[in-house]
Amino acid sequence: MEAAMGLMRRIPPKHSEAALSALLSLLPHHSADLLSQVDQPLQVLCDVDSGKEFILCEYNRDADSYRSPWSNKYHPPLDDGLYPSQELRKLEMEANDVFTVYCDQYYEGGTSSVYIWENEDEGFIGCFLIKKDGSRTADGRRGYLEEGSWEAIHVIEVVPLDEATARYCLTSSVMLSLTTNDESSGAFSLSGSIRRQMNMDLPVDEGHLCNMGRMVEEMESKLRYSLDQVYFGKTKEMICTLRPPSELVQTSLPEQINKRRS
Amino acid sequence: MSDEEETQPTDDQKIEIAKWFLLNAPAGEIQYIAKDMKAVLQDETLYTTAAAVAFPLYNKSHMICLDFPDRSGEVMVTPFSEIGENEYVDPRTAQVAVVDHVNQVCRRARPANDEELPTPYIEEYRYALDIEVTKYVSEAYPKGICSVYCVNGKDVEEPGMDFDLVVVISAARLNPQNFCNGSWRSIWNVEFKDEAQFVEVRGTLQVGAHYFEEGNVQLDAKHECKDSTMLMSPEDSAHSVTTIIRHHETEYLNSLQTSYSKLPDATFKDLRRKLPVTRTLFPWHNAAQFSLRRDIQKSLGLEKK
Repeated sequence: MEAAMGLMRRIPPKHSEAALSALLSLLPHHSADLLSQVDQPLQVLCDVDSGKEFILCEYNRDADSYRSPWSNKYHPPLDDGLYPSQELRKLEMEANDVFTVYCDQYYEGGTSSVYIWENEDEGFIGCFLIKKDGSRTADGRRGYLEEGSWEAIHVIEVVPLDEATARYCLTSSVMLSLTTNDESSGAFSLSGSIRRQMNMDLPVDEGHLCNMGRMVEEMESKLRYSLDQVYFGKTKEMICTLRPPSELVQTSLPEQINKRRS
Repeated sequence: MSDEEETQPTDDQKIEIAKWFLLNAPAGEIQYIAKDMKAVLQDETLYTTAAAVAFPLYNKSHMICLDFPDRSGEVMVTPFSEIGENEYVDPRTAQVAVVDHVNQVCRRARPANDEELPTPYIEEYRYALDIEVTKYVSEAYPKGICSVYCVNGKDVEEPGMDFDLVVVISAARLNPQNFCNGSWRSIWNVEFKDEAQFVEVRGTLQVGAHYFEEGNVQLDAKHECKDSTMLMSPEDSAHSVTTIIRHHETEYLNSLQTSYSKLPDATFKDLRRKLPVTRTLFPWHNAAQFSLRRDIQKSLGLEKK
């Protein structure tokens, strides 16, 4: 299993779907672990009732069907699918509404979904997902990206500690991919994913949604900053190490002229 | 997705999978992938079959550089220097290396025979270009390697016929302790057109970087360009061609830098803003208001879109 994760860390991110597929066929007994530990590009379905899109993941799946957070129905229909309790469904609906606005404000488009379901004791797990296509043919307002996508998966485990506080354990992954293609710099493609965790004990007086929302927002900002440093920072640094910019080379020019054959 | 009762993939399919993983390894990482692949496959024979096919392709594509056993020089494993199965010529030292692809070492070397090397006429051009390019590479790349091969017309003995040379430049920076690896590869096809008396130069530049501390982030950039110059004496042609190479590679690097400086603002914003337009964090505590408002809007039929 460790070897499988090692492979996933090295394969070019744009091939991660094919890689996971291959690993699942070679290691069927590890499929549960692989599916939960490897992030895959998010897919969407359209809710038959409202016409709104919802994101598919392991957390709203039962057999081969997926539950829509808008209508609470399984697509394709399922006779005895799993549903969250009434209370959690209420929280889920509120979370989806609010998260849609959050998504709009930060992503100017894109699709979001939230799924909530029971955990052991009195706890529950919430999964917040966002999928944004920023390519110029989709929601990319500024039109620079030939292809671009941001996909975020945030899973929060909530455990009540006492009457007034709860523990929130957040695991987030962001998968990012962008490609530009122009005359002077040719084809340029950056893609990859980053995963991080954050734990907090918080008072519940403002409600779980508030706490979870703030954690997700803070985490996304941190990840965005990190991606900026990593994607742009480290890879740019690597290029400059391979072949330093000409300003550093200029100093040797005079010698070169002397050595030139006539 | 995967049914526990599904049949295991066939041996052939497993070999294909292993080959695919090996071939897609980033620069300098094939041995790590090899180790993990062996563990996942749990089958020495299948792995060996896959490796035998994948390693040569990978090595040639990444233009790896191997030392001669007696340390008399280096040989680059490329499609252009391949003269036989597992045999690669190094025109600079006029030797042929016999290469063990899977272990990525040169097993032995022998002197190249005359048929394997270009004629003196061609060699003049090749040698002059090699000198110039080597000088350029040593100045521009902290750890670059290069070579010049004749890929067409190596038996041409005197002026009157076209011939082609290829310049390959490769630089890799491997830093596994810092979770960062990168590579630069350029391939320049130099076609000497005798009748028209000019030289056509076409380059393909490829840059890659892999950062894997908190995840897996990879850069893949490619650029093609072309230029031309007059066909002159070997030394002058060499100097001219190298100037062209230096110019385009520097230009490309500059445009990569520009892309990098534009990218964060222009493109990142298209994916996710730093903050909402309101320039404040999202008002989660007013969340109830949002859903309430949306309910009211819905019931009044005022919902947008």
